[in-house]
Amino acid sequence: MTAVFAGHEVDVDHEGYMQKPEQWNKDIALEIAQDVGINELTERHWQVIEYMRERYMEAGSAPSIRALGKESGVPIKELYKLFPKGPAKLAARISGIPKPRGCV
Amino acid sequence: MSVETLSAPTAAPLSAAEQIGKVSVIISKGSLDGVYPGLIMANGARMEGIEANVFFTFFGMDAITTKRQDNIKVATVGNPGLHMMTWLGSVPGMSAFATRMMKKEMEKLDIPPVSEFVEMISDSGGGIYACKASVDMFKLKKEDFAPYVNDIITVGEFYEMAAGGHIIFT
Repeated sequence: MTAVFAGHEVDVDHEGYMQKPEQWNKDIALEIAQDVGINELTERHWQVIEYMRERYMEAGSAPSIRALGKESGVPIKELYKLFPKGPAKLAARISGIPKPRGCV
Repeated sequence: MSVETLSAPTAAPLSAAEQIGKVSVIISKGSLDGVYPGLIMANGARMEGIEANVFFTFFGMDAITTKRQDNIKVATVGNPGLHMMTWLGSVPGMSAFATRMMKKEMEKLDIPPVSEFVEMISDSGGGIYACKASVDMFKLKKEDFAPYVNDIITVGEFYEMAAGGHIIFT
């Protein structure tokens, strides 16, 4: 399944999570963010996005919300302000990595 | 998403009425296996953007009592889930041993210790409440609870808070 974000055709799953992080770029991130109701990506959003991508490239999976809060440099309270509908999933989607499947 | 070229049909998104908007989780037991499922359900709800409140009652209150929250143990007697003979489960130190093993496995899955987990739910915007009847019965005070406990509430107040959502009893 593919979708077109910011003029680039990318592989996605049926919920819109990108399957190939290497196809991602910042314009794509901006467009996905708008799709999920986040109209502006601030410096703090980008900090989370960069951490998500680094972590995925290293570990091959998205971080848990606990790891995200401890290691991204953005505490959990703020994560929920930046990504109100669920930081772990929304940040993964905007970061162009597959959907996290952990329970915590 | 500007233009979409989908090679397979997508499932229709859930309508607002089909989505769960709010959950109220009741934690009534004070063992490790009594406390964690409710915490995981509440935290999982917040991760999905679902509003969540956790109501601690009876021995479940140990999970928010500062002195007790990180000393919660797995019961090795009367717990058939452990597949252990009763006499073996009653050997001194067995409960501590089983608890240590289980905590180690949970740490591998990035499941935090109880105090950290409840605080995490609170930081995620989840409400943390103690049950007034149990507080009175155990003669506890607000100071006995972790600082992130929002309030001590009655059953009536709990139902008011839970209105319009789902209640999960554990």
